[in-house]
Amino acid sequence: MSILIFVELDNGSIKKTSLEAIAYGAEIAKVKGTTATVLAIGNAETSELASAGAYGASKVLHANAPELATENAMAYASVLAAAVQQEGAEVVILPKSGLCDSMGARAAAKLGASIVSGVTELPDLTDGFKVKRSIYTGKAFATVAVKGAIKILGIKKNAIEAIAGSGSAEVVGFSPALGSGDFVAKVISQEKASGELSLTEADIVVSGGRGMKGPEHWQPLLDLAQSLGAATGCSKPVSDLDWRPHHEHIGQTGIKVAPNLYIACGISGAIQHLAGVNSSKVIVAINKDPEAPFFKAADYGIVGDVFDILPRLTKAVKESK
Amino acid sequence: MKILVCITNVPDTTAKISFTDNDTKFNKAGVQYIIGPYDDYALARAVELKEKLGGTITVLNVGEAESDPQIRKALAIGADDAIRVNCDPQDSYFTAAQIAAIAKEGGYDLILMGRESIDFNSGVVHSLVGEMLGIPSFSPVMKLDIEGSTAKFAREIEGGKENLEASLPLVLGCQEPIAEWKIPNMRGIMTARTKPLKVVEPVAVDELATLDKYTLPAPKGACKMIPADQAETLISLLKTEAKVL
Repeated sequence: MSILIFVELDNGSIKKTSLEAIAYGAEIAKVKGTTATVLAIGNAETSELASAGAYGASKVLHANAPELATENAMAYASVLAAAVQQEGAEVVILPKSGLCDSMGARAAAKLGASIVSGVTELPDLTDGFKVKRSIYTGKAFATVAVKGAIKILGIKKNAIEAIAGSGSAEVVGFSPALGSGDFVAKVISQEKASGELSLTEADIVVSGGRGMKGPEHWQPLLDLAQSLGAATGCSKPVSDLDWRPHHEHIGQTGIKVAPNLYIACGISGAIQHLAGVNSSKVIVAINKDPEAPFFKAADYGIVGDVFDILPRLTKAVKESK
Repeated sequence: MKILVCITNVPDTTAKISFTDNDTKFNKAGVQYIIGPYDDYALARAVELKEKLGGTITVLNVGEAESDPQIRKALAIGADDAIRVNCDPQDSYFTAAQIAAIAKEGGYDLILMGRESIDFNSGVVHSLVGEMLGIPSFSPVMKLDIEGSTAKFAREIEGGKENLEASLPLVLGCQEPIAEWKIPNMRGIMTARTKPLKVVEPVAVDELATLDKYTLPAPKGACKMIPADQAETLISLLKTEAKVL
């Protein structure tokens, strides 16, 4: 048996959540006395892929056929299933993301494998194979006994800390046969904000609500985000009003984030918004209403006017550097 | 045009989550149940497509009899008939296998559901169903139109969206703003009572994952309030105390 880890690439670099996935898979491999193999799909330099070794992988399978250059969950699932079979993998680790959920699921159906998404901790191997996973949008956890001969796990951000050690992984080309059935959709166009930090990957997120009073008043928030190297998000009313793009909407029906630091500016803290941020390590709420529910969910709070507070925080961040 | 819309019966988004029976069962006392919010978007778009193109909508739920009020609501919103697979699903693969078994019999052009259920948040059932049926699946879909036998749709991707075209049949996991939620009108509510709701027993599936127990997160400590005139101290606290900067 072996452990297989799928990593997501962002412009040729392994994403941070994927490094966590490698560390997670390598830890299981250590306990089970086996090896951890990484699967990477798409363009990347061999040296970048070899760096997976620093997180505990011994080998990297690199599938780099031209057809795979654009993300395609169905084709990626076929490649993943082929890699599982070639390596005889019994445990498959993916970082939790839209792409990984879709490709992991299709691979699970191909292989008859167990699939558990939203895993938050290393498995308990003392009695079978049990994992703890997030449910009810972060409001609770479930411990699940995973029983399939092949187990596919989608792990949430911060399930494990990825610490780079030394070591380099051997990178081998991987070219399974690709079926035409996986390429039936025609991509007409992509509209992608360039140069934006990814919300789900970011360590710091600065987010705005209706208290920001309108799209033309967003600059102080953007300034603070920039000084912190943070990604920016917003509440549902803000994206519903088109003040900010839909892909910034954080909450129950939007993106779920789990940064080290979440700063909420002028967001009251409706339960549906909190559901999208409750996995954050530290939460700061800034709101002029002292009764805002967000203060009950926050670690630090400031009651005040965002337009007064935000520029002062930005200045303090710059001065502290 | 034959559309299958899969709905979940889930606690309202504001529900307080707690457990009973030694943390092995969800505490349903006092909890209001709703159609999964993402499923509700899928249903709303299905009703719009039916109004435009004709056809039928079948609503499918994998769940116990307590789902029936939500199924009736879906019928009131505009579905024509309903199927409930009578069981308490605990695993995505199991749920998907039930949906796939129904879908194989029905020969649907379009299978719509939410991008994820809001109780388990797995986001995998649409893709499992697609693979089990051997047809394409896409998620999360935020815009959908049908022209002939082609679906033209947009999918949210990281930092933006992607416009796609693919031939039917398809399985799509939906999210806002694909349509506005619909509220049933009085006529819908009246006719929903007599629309057919067929209850079938689940197909056998290998047991791949079972629930052991539930836990709640550790309670959050008190919020440390910083006076507005000393807002700057937040930054040093985040550095030295919280150690996140």
